[in-house]
Parts: sequence; C-alpha cells; structure tokens
Amino acid sequence: MLEDKDRIFKNLYNDLGSDLDSAKKRGDWINTKEICNKGRDWIIEEVKKSELRGRGGAGFPTGLKWSFAPKKVGAKPHYLVINADESEPGTCKDRDILRFEPHKLIEGCLIASYAVNAHKCYIYLRGEYYNEGIKLQNAIDEAYKSNLIGKNSSGTGWELDIYMHYGAGAYICGEETALLESIEGNKGQPRLKPPFPALVGLYGCPTIINNVETIAVIPTILKKGSKWFSSLGKPKNTGTKIFCISGNVNSPCNVEEEMGIKLKDLIEKHAGGVVGGWDNLQAVIPGGSSMPMLSKEISENITMDFDSLVENNSGLGTAGIIVINKDQDIIKCMARIARFYKHESCGQCTPCREGSGWMWRILERMAKGEASKDEVNMLADVTKQIEGHTICAFGEGSAWPVQGLLRHFKKEIIERNNFNPLVKNSKNIPYLIDQHILEEDIKNVKS
Amino acid sequence: MSIKKVSKEQPDKFEFNQDNLNLANKIVLNYPSGKKKSAVMALLYIAQKQNDNWIPLAAMKYIAKFLDISYINVYEVATFYSMYNLQPVGKYFIQICTTTPCMIRGAYKLVDVCKKNISEKENELSTNKNCSWTEVECLGACISAPMSQINDDYYEDLNVKQFENIIKDILKDKKPKPGSYRGRLNSEPEKNRKTLLENKNA
Amino acid sequence: MLKVKVNDIDIEVEEGFTILQACELAGFEIPRFCYHEKLSIAGNCRMCLVEIEKSKKPVASCAMPVAEGMNIKTNTNFVEKARKGVMEFLLANHPLDCPVCDQGGECDLQDQSMFYGIDKSRYKENKRFVPEKYMGPLIKTQMTRCIHCTRCVRFATEVAGVPEIGAIGRGEDMQITTYLEKAMESELSANVIDLCPVGALTSKPYVFEARPWELKKTETIDVMDSVGSNIRVDTYGWEVKRILPKINEDINEEWISDKTRYSCDGLKYQRLDTPYIKKENNFKKVSWFEAFQILKDKINLTSPEKIAGLTGDLTNMETLFACKELFNKVLKSKDLESREKNIYINLSNRNNYLFNSEIKGIEKSDLILLIGTNPRFEATMLNARIRKSFLKNNTEIFSLEDLGDLTYPYKILTNTTEEVKKIIENNSEISKKITKAKYPIIIFGEGALDLNSSKYIFEGLKKFLIENNKINEDWNAINILPFNASAVGSYDLNIVSKTNDTIEKIKNNFFELIFLFGQDNFSFNKKNEFIVYIGSHGDKGAEMADLVLPGAAFTEQDGYFTNLEGKLQMAFKASYPPGEAKEDWVIINEISNLVGRESLFKNKNELLNAMNSYINSNKKDDISNLFKEEFVKEKISTLPNDYYHSNVIARASKTMNECRSIRTKLKKTGTEG
Ligand SMILES: Cc1cc2nc3c(=O)[nH]c(=O)nc-3n(C[C@H](O)[C@H](O)[C@H](O)COP(=O)(O)O)c2cc1C
Ligand code: SF4
Ligand code: FES
Repeated sequence: MLEDKDRIFKNLYNDLGSDLDSAKKRGDWINTKEICNKGRDWIIEEVKKSELRGRGGAGFPTGLKWSFAPKKVGAKPHYLVINADESEPGTCKDRDILRFEPHKLIEGCLIASYAVNAHKCYIYLRGEYYNEGIKLQNAIDEAYKSNLIGKNSSGTGWELDIYMHYGAGAYICGEETALLESIEGNKGQPRLKPPFPALVGLYGCPTIINNVETIAVIPTILKKGSKWFSSLGKPKNTGTKIFCISGNVNSPCNVEEEMGIKLKDLIEKHAGGVVGGWDNLQAVIPGGSSMPMLSKEISENITMDFDSLVENNSGLGTAGIIVINKDQDIIKCMARIARFYKHESCGQCTPCREGSGWMWRILERMAKGEASKDEVNMLADVTKQIEGHTICAFGEGSAWPVQGLLRHFKKEIIERNNFNPLVKNSKNIPYLIDQHILEEDIKNVKS
Repeated sequence: MSIKKVSKEQPDKFEFNQDNLNLANKIVLNYPSGKKKSAVMALLYIAQKQNDNWIPLAAMKYIAKFLDISYINVYEVATFYSMYNLQPVGKYFIQICTTTPCMIRGAYKLVDVCKKNISEKENELSTNKNCSWTEVECLGACISAPMSQINDDYYEDLNVKQFENIIKDILKDKKPKPGSYRGRLNSEPEKNRKTLLENKNA
Repeated sequence: MLKVKVNDIDIEVEEGFTILQACELAGFEIPRFCYHEKLSIAGNCRMCLVEIEKSKKPVASCAMPVAEGMNIKTNTNFVEKARKGVMEFLLANHPLDCPVCDQGGECDLQDQSMFYGIDKSRYKENKRFVPEKYMGPLIKTQMTRCIHCTRCVRFATEVAGVPEIGAIGRGEDMQITTYLEKAMESELSANVIDLCPVGALTSKPYVFEARPWELKKTETIDVMDSVGSNIRVDTYGWEVKRILPKINEDINEEWISDKTRYSCDGLKYQRLDTPYIKKENNFKKVSWFEAFQILKDKINLTSPEKIAGLTGDLTNMETLFACKELFNKVLKSKDLESREKNIYINLSNRNNYLFNSEIKGIEKSDLILLIGTNPRFEATMLNARIRKSFLKNNTEIFSLEDLGDLTYPYKILTNTTEEVKKIIENNSEISKKITKAKYPIIIFGEGALDLNSSKYIFEGLKKFLIENNKINEDWNAINILPFNASAVGSYDLNIVSKTNDTIEKIKNNFFELIFLFGQDNFSFNKKNEFIVYIGSHGDKGAEMADLVLPGAAFTEQDGYFTNLEGKLQMAFKASYPPGEAKEDWVIINEISNLVGRESLFKNKNELLNAMNSYINSNKKDDISNLFKEEFVKEKISTLPNDYYHSNVIARASKTMNECRSIRTKLKKTGTEG
C-alpha cells in the first residue's frame, strides 16, 4: 500500500480545508516561480521523464502531448483546456479534486500554460457540478487576489487567465474535440481528426487538452522530481492514481493508490470487500463503463495499470471500478449501460447513432429473455460494426462493454434466451415486426 | 434521449433583468473578441434561472440576438444538452441517477418513491405543483450511490426511508440538507479508512 | 505532389487532396452520402470507408488528407465488410417505402444498397418514426427517411447563407428541421432537394408527378434572369414536369434559383394557343388566316413612321433578329426598341454592357461595389457567387443603399450620385480601396442607368478605373447587371431606338400600330393605337392588344440567348408550342411573307447565317451621344423588382404565387420579431 507521504492529494476527503492557506500548508504554490524559471524545455522534459500518462481515459503520455504544441507562438494564440467533464459512469475522482484540491489544479494550470505558451486556460466543467464550480471559482478568485495567476502569475512574468465554462449534461463533451465545440458555443459533436487540437484546436488555435487529475499532479511531480514519480507504479505505468470503487462493495470510496496495485487489494482493503464476500463477486468493470468487464477469475490477480488491463482485453480508462456481485442480473446491468450510450450518442455519425440504440434494444430483450439465440452472435456483429467505424472513440466506448458481456457471459445469455425464433413468435412480442421472415429462418436454425 | 418537447404555452416576451444583463455582458468577456457565440450555454443557464427553471422560445430568440447568431443555432444547442428545460419543471427539480453504479445500489427504489409521492410519470408536476422528477444518466457521484440531485445540490448515500423524508420535506417547501445521508466524510471509505489517517486525526 | 498507391496503382496527387479525391483520380469510385464537393466536409455518414495499410481501423476517405506513400485499398473484404456494416445501420431505421417514394429511381441510398445492402433485415426492433416538418411550399419532407447526412444543413448555412435549417436533439432522436418549422427564406432553398441523397426532402410541386425514367430530358438554359443558368428540362409529352440544375462551373455551378426551378408550371397556365382579335373589348378566337388578313390591312394602311415595335425580356436572339429584319426591310420603320425604359447604354464597345469580370471572376475579387442593384433578387446565382467570394476571401462589399439581407455582410454608403462623384474624383475612402484592390468589381444595376446622371457616373467611373489600371488585359472591373435574359442579345443585335425616343413617342401616343414581341412589362395609356401582341402568355401585353398571335415559350423552340457575361448559349426545344401556337421567328417570317410578298428567311439556317454575319460585322448604332453627360444630385436606388412575379411565366405559375404570398405575409406579420 502506498505510504501517505507519497500521496499527492492529501486533502482528498477534505480533512484539512480547500482554501488557499490550507493548500499552501500542504505545499501548493510553493516554488512555483522557481519551477517556471527552469524553462519550458525543462518542464516538458521532466514530465516526459516522469512517464505520466493522461488520467482522462486514453492514457496518452502527457509530456509528449505538450511537446506537440508549436514551440513558438505564431499568429494564433495557444490555449490550455482542462477537461473536467467527468461523466464516465463509475468515475467521480475529478470532483474531489475540484472541490477539495482546487489549488493543485490551478497551480498545474499555470505550469502547463507556461509550458505550452498559453495565456488563456478554460476549465470545462460538467454542468451538474454546480457547487464544485463555485468552489473552484472561489479558489481561482483567491489565486487572482494573491497574484498567483493573472498579469504576473506568481512573479513569473507570465500572464494567465483562467475561465470556467459549464457544460450542460452531455457525456460526449468529455471527448476532447466535442468539448472544444461546446466551448465555441455549438452542439458537442466531435470533430474529424486530423487536424489534431494541438495544432488546430479551440477557435482554430493550438490547444492542449488535459484531464483535471493529469494537470493536478503536475506541480507535485515537478516539486518532488520525476524520479520520485516514476519510481512509483510500474514502468510506463508510473505514479499514483485516484481509484473510484463503486457498486457492490461494503465501503465504496475514492482512494489514491499506486499504479499497478492489485484490483483485489483495492476492493478488499480499501472498499471493505465485495458485498457478500469475494465469492459473491460476479464481474468487475475496471475503468469506467466504457471498459470491458473482467470476470471473477481475471479480477483475482489482475493489477490496475494501463498495460496489464489491455493485455486482458480491457483498459484502465478512468480507473472507475464498478463491482458487480452475484445478486445482480448482469444482462440488466449491461443493458442499462447500453441505454446510457444510446442516450448520450451525439447522433453525428451513422454507426454510433443507429448502433447504440440497436444494442440497447437487443439487450433489453435479452434481459427479459425475449430474444432468440441466434441474436447473440448478431449482437456481437453489431458491436463489431460500430467499433472502429466512428468519428470518435465513443463508438468503442459503447461497443466494448457489450463485447465484454458477450465474452464472459455468453452462456448465461443463451440459457435465458434459449429458443428459436418460432417459439418467440407464439409469445407475441411487439418488438418483432417481421415475424414472417423469422419463420423462414427456423427452417435453417436447429435448436 | 427523446427529442425535447417545447412547452405549448409560451410567454410573448423575454428579457434579461438588469442583474442578469450585467452578468451576461460579463460572461461574454470571458471569450476572445468575435467569439461571443461561446457564451450561448451560459446565457441559456441564466435565462433558465430567471424563468423558473425553464427556457421559453422568446428567451432563445433574445439570446440569439444578444450574441448575433441564428435562432436555429440556439435552438440546436438548447435541444442538444439535457440540462436545459424547454418546458416548466417544478420549483424543486429532482433528478435521480439510474445508471448502472446507482442502479445496482437501488436507484430504482428511489424512482418508486418519486412515482408514489410526486407523480406517476416523469416530468409531471406534483399535485401541489412545486416539484417534479426525472431519471437521468450518471451524475458523477458513483461512490455515493444511490444519489439524487435536487436543483443544484447532491443528496448522496440514500436509502428509501431517508429519501421519502426528503421528498416529504420538499413537498412542504422545506429544503433538506444536501450531502451524504450516511454521515460519512465525503468520499472516504465508510468505517474502513486506511489512508491519510494523520490528517483525519489532525 | 504526393505519391500514393490506390489498389496497387501508383498515382501522384496534389497536396491537400483527400483520399476520396485520390481514389477518384485513380478511377475508383467511392460510395458516399454526406460528402459533397461544394460543401464543407462532415465525415458523418461513414460510407466512404477505405483501408489504409498499417491502419487498424478503416478510414473515412472523404475527410482524411492523403499523405506521402499511403497505400490505399478500396476493394478488399475488409472494406466491403465495413461498408456493409454502415449500410445496415443506415437501413435499420429507414422505411422500406421505395415504391411510394418520389426519390425512387434516383436515390443514392437505393442505388448503393444494391451493392452493400443485404437482402434481409436483421433489425427486428420497431423502426423510428419522425414527424414531418413544414419547410415551405417547395420542399416536402418525410423525415423518417432522413439519414442525417446534414447536407441540407450545410447547404443552407454555407451556400445559401441563411442558417435556418439545423439538426435538433441528439443521438438517434436527432431531427432535421427549420427553426420552428418555418419556410426557408432563401431563393436557393430547393437545391436541398437535389442534395438530399434520400427521399427525406423531395419536391412538393412535383409530388407523385412522374418517375424519373418516364421523362424526356433536355439540357438547356434558363431565362428567368440574365445569368443564363444551365438546366435540364424534364418533359412528359408536352408538359414540362420539372427543371433541374445542370452543372456549369462558370455560371451556376450546380445550383439554380427557386424561380428557375419552379416557375415551370407557369408554362402550363394562361397559354395562348390560338390567334385572337379584340372586338368591342372582347377577345374572339380567329384563324391564323383571318388574323394575318387583318394585320396585313393594318400594315398597308399605316405609314412606316407610325409603326413601332418593342421586344421582350424572354425573347431569343433569332426572334430579335427576325424582328429587326422585319422592321428594316419590310415595315421600313426605325422604331424598334428592346429596353423598357430609356436607360443609359453605350453600344460602342461590348465591354460597356457586359458583366466583364465574369461570374467566375467574382470568386477572385477582393472588393465589390454595388450601384443601383440588388443581386440577390436580380441575379440569384450571381449573388451566391458573391457570398462564396466573401467566404473565401473575406471580400469587402459595399452598396450605395440598404438592400436588406444579401446573405453576406456589406457596408452601406449613401445612395446619392454625390457619393459616386466623390469616388470618381478620387475623393473618398472607397476610391482608395478600389485603387488598392487587386480585383475590384463595380456592378451597375439598371437602377444606376436610369438616372439623369447615368452617363456621368458610368463614364466617369470607367475613366477612374482605366486611370487606375483596373481595366486592363487581365481584368475589367466594370460590370453591368441587366434584368432580362434577352438584354445582352438585344444589345448585340443593336435593338435600340436610333433616336432614343421610341418609348417617349409611344407614351405620347404618336404611333398608330405597335408590335409587342413578347413584351409584357411595358405599360402606357393606350388611345387609338392598334396593338399586335406576339407571345406565349395571356398577360399584360395580350391584354392591351387588339390582335394576339400565339407564340412559343423558351422551352418550345430552339433559340440563342447571350448571358450577362456575353456567353452565347442555346435554349433547346424540349417540348412544342400548344395548340395552334407557332415558334416566334416563324410568325415574323410569315408576316413578312404576307406584307412584303417574300419571306425574310428560307429556313432557320438562313436566319442563323444572316444573324451571325450581322453580329460579326459589328455594326453598332451607338446612341450614347444622345445622353447628356451631366451631374445632377439625385438618389440612386434599385428598380422595383417583384421577384416571384418578374416575368410572364413566373406570373402564371401557381408555385411562384404561393411563394410570393408567403413572403409578403411574413413581411407583414413581422413574425421575424
Ligand atoms: C466519449 C468520450 C468521453 C470522454 N470523457 C472524458 C471525460 O469526461 N473526462 C476526461 O478527462 N476525458 C474524457 N475523455 C478523454 C478525452 O477525450 C481526452 O483524451 C482527455 O481529456 C485527454 O486528457 P489526458 O491526456 O490528460 O487524459 C473522453 C473521451 C471520449 C471518447
Ligand atoms: S434531410 Fe436529406 S439532406 Fe438533410 S440530413 Fe436528412 S438525408 Fe441529409
Ligand atoms: S462520404 Fe465520407 S463519411 Fe460520408
């Protein structure tokens, strides 16, 4: 278990207060000027060496991302945008940073802005986090008042303005280009890439977008050194991470732990164990709802880091762990997630718009036992037809959880839906509009 | 998300009141010159707040003119984002997260409480007209499931009994205290905290 | 140039090309729904997926620029599977109503499902229903068929410049609509019907009229304005069923105005199909023989100086030339006129009455000055080009007067001749801007040519432009925008009154016999004149007439028109004149035969040869010296233009009437508020 001294977010539970004075006592805003004075190249190099990977879901190396911003500012200004949209089911880590450690984020914004030559930083906050927004705005105001940011931020000579922009209830706005569209006053529909935001982003200008947690850990990394950070966790999967453990556990919680910690340790030690005991575990969604679930067997030994989860056909995502025990109907659980994706699809591109609703409807029927067994493979087909064919990664996000279900619970689904279409015909199901076609099918499908 | 219905009854006119006008003008300054459009989301919120928590068509027109953008643009934005109400909702607007993490901890039981105490259907006013409810997607407080957002505040770690009391208070126009209803400190593991103990005792 | 491989064929393409363009260059067609050359790239339908070596995912070829050394594959199993997947999604919620859909037979979705569709639906859920949306009298909607390609939205905002269509809601519930279901306020609105790849937006006036394969298709040109848009006329027997745009990058690209498209039902109504004679204020049908007898007597009884003729706005050049010959050789009258007013005209050189910068040249321009013209209503397609130029170059545009919404921003000066005088005297901001601009465009409308100072401002500005080298071999900044399709042809044929007083004399009731050759826009207080009307519709001209001879409309005879840029184009015969009506030049030829005992021309060929040699001889009756070059302080304003009613065909069209009344209602009730 990570030692407290290595924890970055000392006020994760708000034992100490989130105001500027308390934050300073924890080490925020100390040596900020000195860090900046070491120069952009040093900062970016140090972040690269720390091997910090983005905490927003994709795990893209942060130092590398920063280095994509043009070295010199041309005719267009640079922007830093903070992704505080946090809408991935199972995830609520950024919320605690926003309300209890806002100064870590703001200090990180200054250093990151300085490193990528941005004078303006927008923080895109999900609209529902109204109170968190007020807290963050207070902290921003405090920082302005103490000249930590503003015309001459922290005495660095760098001018930085930070603005908040509230979203209004759209998961897709967490996708970075949809987020930019949203700031520009449009519907949150992702943009085509290329061009990438680092070159053509907000208002067509070079823009670096990072998750709240990514930016909030930057000051500590630079203060304690990249070596310290990279000594935690595993190679390429370094540092600490806030895990959110929700679902059927005895003590759901957020906890900052070392990357690469065993999933079972997280559940048993921090979250008080699975409700009904470990043997009552059915499945775990390890990284927010987009990531395919893990079976109990895999959950037994898996470690929580980007690479080992990918090896097991899943991903760390946002590290939002949803524990599902055997008291739950697993098909229903996934049908509800499919409904989430159907509800949140922006509707722009065909596979996602049409596919997400289709998957949901099939799963709803499967949960009720009203599907025919040939539809199991068809559902797999549908997920494959979405995956990789869409403008943004939402397509994968909606297809993967269903694939995860099919991977681990195909047997259960077929057991519940174990009949041929003909049988369904007599059950008079309103979903089935073209039963005559199904009847034809029967001749070919054997029970 | 089914397409949002626009209220049949519409006021003829809408204008920001003086305070909101000042606020709107201030928000526009958050964005570079020539990028006023960026303020459309914030302005829709202001209009919604000013107009009893829903946005009339007149307000959309007003905002379009205010920002010098087309009506359809504002309309598109207002119908795209789920937090803009285009028809009246209760003074207390109750949103229950029913996405899987909340669902498996009993969110639908909270829905039943609403059906019983407020109205059988979503988005219908309670008989005393001060309250309406709706199911929403993940509100980003999964470790505090099941939970509900009432106006701007989160009510967390709920159970049926507590939630019934909350609703009863609301129907009496009393605002209950937000936060965890199990008395735990924010997102710490209840009764099982193993980290940052020094802080806790400090 | 970048080297890439498409299906193992090596090609070189320009930098900035998309993969889709590269594939087309290599000769491989890529299926698409959302992509359209003239619109911004949306990349949302995902039909154009291709395989790129080393990329795990298929790539949307319409949106991805090519890179050096790319190895593109369009014909692999991988690609086919991806496209089939997309097609299945598109069809999942698309109704199976091809048999009753007007798009049937020319539907992109129908065509492509032949390649990528599977013959059986795996989608077993209820299909989505989307309510119809009202979009005005031209566009019929059936939104359940919409595949959300957003072509219509992009067209409205980008090309038409009226951001009135949008996609509301999100996800599978996204719906295309106009704001609160109002009619789209654009003269280009119906182009979305062509753009819509499915039957979601179809033509309301054409609803259930015909199937595309039953129609005879004639490629021809339009005469609703002086632009000369290229069109295709689809006929079923005599009847013109619909008019569609034909691509001509130099003129109308691939759009046409709503008037061009929908006044065609005006070809059916109010038609003259037999000669008439007016007796005691009532029209009586007569035979051609009787009519000609009456006319012959009238001509013989009238001395030549008491005969005048006016040609019309839709008159083709063959007819114009025949009229000219008739007046010259047979009637021996000098009073033939094509103008409706004594507007200033300088025929000494063609450049004095053409749109010299050319429509395509507008795209280059960096400054445009409008004097006495409203291009949105006088030449819709030309206006669309100005908008394009604005979008491309951020062109600065000025107008002397406030013209309302032109679909692009422009600065308003003061609408007086003094403003122009200042420019001419190099005494204003605008003069400086013109001198600085690389490709300035000055557009004179007829409103600017109908003034006391017309000569002063036109010749003065011309001089100013020459002095500042804005009229040279590469560029000519001076442009005239005439109202009528026949205008430039008439000038080329010198059809102006040699003494510049025919119109005045008509108004003073000087003449005894007046011929109106398709002239329906002219009115005066008639006294004892005998008026002969030769034309296609029972409109203002016929109403005034004592003798009516039924002619043909532009779709019923071959005829040349010269557009405002001076391009000679042929309007082809797509149908035939109704009843006993005849082609116009034939009628004139017969009159000559009757009176002069000799036809003007043995046949059409002879007419064409004579006309060509006349034009080539370049004889010009320059009447510009009859105008005074004086400066008077006066207001310059565009001439009134009833857009949906600007000519006989449009006035006879029910569709145009409907559009017009919706517009006026909108203005009156001020629902815009
Ligand atoms: C559908 C979708 C939703 C996303 N939602 C979020 C989100 O809520 N918060 C977030 O930080 N990143 C989200 N992302 C990831 C962002 O696109 C982006 O990768 C991230 O903000 C980059 O920051 P990082 O490099 O610091 O991780 C989402 C991505 C997708 C495709
Ligand atoms: S109506 Fe037609 S053009 Fe418009 S989005 Fe739908 S399918 Fe495309
Ligand atoms: S044509 Fe490329 S995505 Fe539609």
